[in-house]
Parts: sequence; structure tokens; C-alpha cells
Amino acid sequence: MEMNEFIKNFANQFDDTDANEFIPETLFRELEEWSSLNALAVMNMIAKKYATKLTPEEMKTAQTIQELFDLVASKK
Amino acid sequence: MSVFSLKNKTILITGASSGIGKAMAIACAQAGATLIISGRNKERLEHTFTMLEGSNHLAFATDLSTTQGVKLLVDFVPKIDGFVSNAGIVEPLLLQFIETSDIEKTLHINAISVIELTRLLLQEKKIKKGASLVFTSSINGNKCAYIGSSLYAASKAMLTGFMKAIALELAPKGIRANTIEPGMIETELLKNSDISLEDLENDKQNYPLKRYGKPEEVAYAAIFLLSDASSWTTGTNMLLDGGYTLH
Repeated sequence: MEMNEFIKNFANQFDDTDANEFIPETLFRELEEWSSLNALAVMNMIAKKYATKLTPEEMKTAQTIQELFDLVASKK
Repeated sequence: MSVFSLKNKTILITGASSGIGKAMAIACAQAGATLIISGRNKERLEHTFTMLEGSNHLAFATDLSTTQGVKLLVDFVPKIDGFVSNAGIVEPLLLQFIETSDIEKTLHINAISVIELTRLLLQEKKIKKGASLVFTSSINGNKCAYIGSSLYAASKAMLTGFMKAIALELAPKGIRANTIEPGMIETELLKNSDISLEDLENDKQNYPLKRYGKPEEVAYAAIFLLSDASSWTTGTNMLLDGGYTLH
């Protein structure tokens, strides 16, 4: 797994947020565009691109993109 | 009242190893039916089998997601007075992530295999005159929809369309066909889904009756549709949703 690619895949689930806003430290839940729809999109993206299924409870433990990355990496 | 009884009726129930199908098997046996129960998981199916009241029931473990699995079941069953089909999977997936394999999987398990089962039972003359065919559909795809459920919704609407056409085709034989359209039911399928427990609790508040349905409540609707109490009911969708779609 590679962080830059993960960030790109993550950012792909957003339409209006500037690409520069996505860095490992980004608190993604505080983004204006964040919604339950993005949450499902990110979970689907992780399932399809990284063959890893996160439960909603697991997903909720991650606040930053780095934490989400680490979570997926730990389950691979 | 005997008109609601399933005594002297031989009924096939698929998806009987868990959830709604299991509750239906238990309730239909209590209502006097002789059952053939089918499910994928042999161990869990046998567990359901031990919970059936009465005697002469049969159990047959098979995977209905393959045509071969459907054929084996059709060969196994005696002539029936009705069936309830319950197979189903739910995998929340947004349209932008759907691949051909996802479409094929969901439509196959939820709808195509049910159509295969129905046509083979008919072609092999296993469905008696006056029989009742019950398809477990959903409010999803028929009365409403949910984000991430496009394939599930499509599969359940497919069942409804299929049911209406065969209700018309089989009416001359006195064979009836109907669907049950449940809202959210408390089953393992739901517990193992991608929906968080917190979201499930919040969602219950959208139901005027403030709770999800119980598997046995769906079973009672199936008993009505299988029994002679519904002898003039065909081609309908029986809505069981705690008032959810009133909004």
C-alpha cells in the first residue's frame, strides 16, 4: 500500500473539495463535503481497491487519512 | 380457524437455514404443514429441522445459486401445495463501484435462481393445482429505495414483475402467486451488514411503529398466503413495514 495513491483514491470520492486539502493529517470528518454518502463511498473504495472490508464501527475509529490508511494496512 | 391451517399441505421453504426462512419453517410446521426445507448451510438447516413440530418433514441442503443446485432440489421434492422463496443477499455498493460481477451475483442469487426454481418445479409438474407460490421480496425496489442498494432493489423489483406475470399465466390451474414486501426485519443478515448499530437504532425511529419487524411476523403473512384463507388473493404484494412507507 502506498500513501499517495491512497490519498488520490480517497480524494476521488469528493467532488467539491480542493485536492490540496487531502494530506495524511487531514481530519476528513471536518470537511464541509463529508457526509454519510462519502463514508459509504470510502468504504466501497477500500473494499474494491484494497480488497479489505471495514465495518462502520472500525471506520468510525479513524479521524485522519493517516489513521484510515493504517487501519486498512493493518487488515491487509 | 381451520381455513388458516396448513394441514394436509406440502410446502417447500427455501432459505430455511436462517432468518426469515427459518422462522417461516417453524411457524408453517406449527400451522400443520408438511415441509421440505432447503438451505445452503447443512448444519444450520439441520438445526432448523430439529425445531419443526410434527413429522414427515424433509430437509435438503443445496446451493440454489447454481442451476445444478436448483435441479437437485427439484428432483428431491414431492408434489407441493406451495412454496416460499427466501434466498437473498444485501451488499451496500454505490453505483460508481459496481462491476459486472456484482450485478451478476446479486441478480442471480436474489432473483434469477428463484425464477429457475419456479420454472423447473412447474416444468417437472411438481406444483399441484390450487398451489400458492410466495416470493419474499422487499419494500426496497418496490415501494422505496436506499442509497447503495441499486442491485438489491433491482433484484427485488424483478421478483415482483415475475410474480405478476406468472400469477396471470398460472391462474387457469388455480395456482396463485404473491409477494411479501417486508421492511427491515431483525435478522442475522442485518446484524452482519455494513450498517452500524447506531444507524440501525436511528433508522427504527423512521418506522411509525418504532421498531423493525420480527421474522415470525413475516412468517404469519406467509401462512396466510399459503393457506386457503387467501384463496382469492393472487398477483398482490403484501406490505409488512410497520408503516414505514406511509411517509
